[in-house]
Amino acid sequence: MSTSVERFDEDARREASRHGRTVVHRGELLRHPVYTRVLHWSVAILFVLSLLSGFGIYSAWLFRWLTPLFGGGPVTRFLHPWFGLAFDILFFFQFLNWFVPMTWTKADSRWTRRVKEYASNKEKLEPEDVGFFNGGQKLYFWAIVISGLLFLVTGLLMWFDDAVPRWLVAVSYVVHDIAALVMLAGFIIHVYEGTAAQPGTFQSMTDGTVSEEWAWTHHPAWYRDVTGRDPREDFEHARRRQGARARALESWELEQDARERAGEIGPAEPPER
Amino acid sequence: MSDERTLQIQQISAHPGPIPGRGTQRAVEVCKYIDVTTCIGCKACEVACVEWNDHPFRETTFDNTYQTMPTTEWNYYNLIKFAEHERDGNFMWLMRKDQCMHCADPGCLRACPADGAIVQYENGIVDFQQENCIGCGYCISGCPFDIPKFNPATKKVFKCTLCSDRVGEGLEPACIKACPTGCLHFGTKDDMLALANTRAQQLVQISGFKNAGVYDPQSIGGTHVIYVLHDATQPETYGGLPSNPQIPPSYTVWKWLAKPAGLAMAFLGIFAVIFHRITAGPKWPQPEPEPVLTERPDEADAKRKEKP
Repeated sequence: MSTSVERFDEDARREASRHGRTVVHRGELLRHPVYTRVLHWSVAILFVLSLLSGFGIYSAWLFRWLTPLFGGGPVTRFLHPWFGLAFDILFFFQFLNWFVPMTWTKADSRWTRRVKEYASNKEKLEPEDVGFFNGGQKLYFWAIVISGLLFLVTGLLMWFDDAVPRWLVAVSYVVHDIAALVMLAGFIIHVYEGTAAQPGTFQSMTDGTVSEEWAWTHHPAWYRDVTGRDPREDFEHARRRQGARARALESWELEQDARERAGEIGPAEPPER
Repeated sequence: MSDERTLQIQQISAHPGPIPGRGTQRAVEVCKYIDVTTCIGCKACEVACVEWNDHPFRETTFDNTYQTMPTTEWNYYNLIKFAEHERDGNFMWLMRKDQCMHCADPGCLRACPADGAIVQYENGIVDFQQENCIGCGYCISGCPFDIPKFNPATKKVFKCTLCSDRVGEGLEPACIKACPTGCLHFGTKDDMLALANTRAQQLVQISGFKNAGVYDPQSIGGTHVIYVLHDATQPETYGGLPSNPQIPPSYTVWKWLAKPAGLAMAFLGIFAVIFHRITAGPKWPQPEPEPVLTERPDEADAKRKEKP
């Protein structure tokens, strides 16, 4: 199983990279190859479509707001299972692509214990054992895996409701809704963390790259793996460089002022970055 | 499938906000009373139903009984169920006219997610509005009597309307009009209950049916179709009439708890992340540029406001 999955995954990545392009600039690292990005955005689009069409049916308060987006109630009801099925199929490929780096480790257990410090932004740098994905990302991934399975099973029961016992269908509605709420909660956090909460993260899913600063800040163990350098040392180095640069710029500005007062023309350029 | 001019609406499925026109007119609860003990199984009601609703002839299914088909269908609202029963060593042929019971607390209406696809009139009739139906089939699993039926061609659900179009114009339902033995009655709920109770008394005292009684299950708030049965303690023998019909409890959890709680959660979640961004701030890649002001900028701003 694992070898054929790996072979498939490799082929898919190679094929995707023939069509797509990732440019890693100086000071950047490759985070997500083309194949991952294509899968991510396909899954994302179908998730949003499933969410909107599903929530139209989910709540009486949203029925009149959301069903017109898809052309009315009957069309929404027709489309929703297909959106969901497509989401599940595409996410299955993402699962094959990601289940190895998403494996739960001791470091993730440690991460979840200090989630309060993470959320309150008390620590500027993540602990040194945080790898390619942190505990929160892995929790979200496995929540989608479980929800996706529940969606599939309960969704099929509701789709072919005349072939199964009535009580099973009645239970499916509730399970389907709970899975949707878990997904929605995760989705809100995911979108927030990926955009507004952490500058530089969105780029990893658009261009596929992140800055080295981003990498040693949020995923130090991954930084160590791909660069072979120590994330803390590199951070300290950058911090000293930044301080020195600020002081140099300050003294250059003072000199420039003095020259202007004396009517001299000095070097117009500030010191090199 | 009704005439809304003459029928006041009491409940609308999946409808947020008040019900337009509710309680503006005096409306009595109507009721169909079926005396199972005087039914002869002639099926005149089945024919009248098909004719009034303009349904085409439908192929019947023969299964060694007189029953027309196993269950009601999307274009066959009214079906007499024939059950062979043994009582004190004697054979008894039980015939029960099966159709929508028009529950006071309809499970179909509670389960329905489409605004206005199911309405309950103030006179108690529960009616499907096919133009608003989205064909999800939730009502089918919400019904304790297995009545709503899906039409695969139009993807809409149909069931007995208690001839709301006739009742709205002051007529009795078509099945009532067709019944030759007078085992079907139509009137106000109070009148029909009184009539049914009298008949049940008669059966107990005169005809020797000690367990005779009225079927008007209170587990769903009563129904607007009531039966008099020879043996009200065993309604299941009459072609599977449930003795304690219930709306699945998951619907209560789902509709009254999970849905509002879920929406509140989604709403608060969006608020939470926005305010988290403003209070806890973003996580910049380190080292981030050093702050310019030595004083805290918000306090400086507040001070500037104080001294214009």
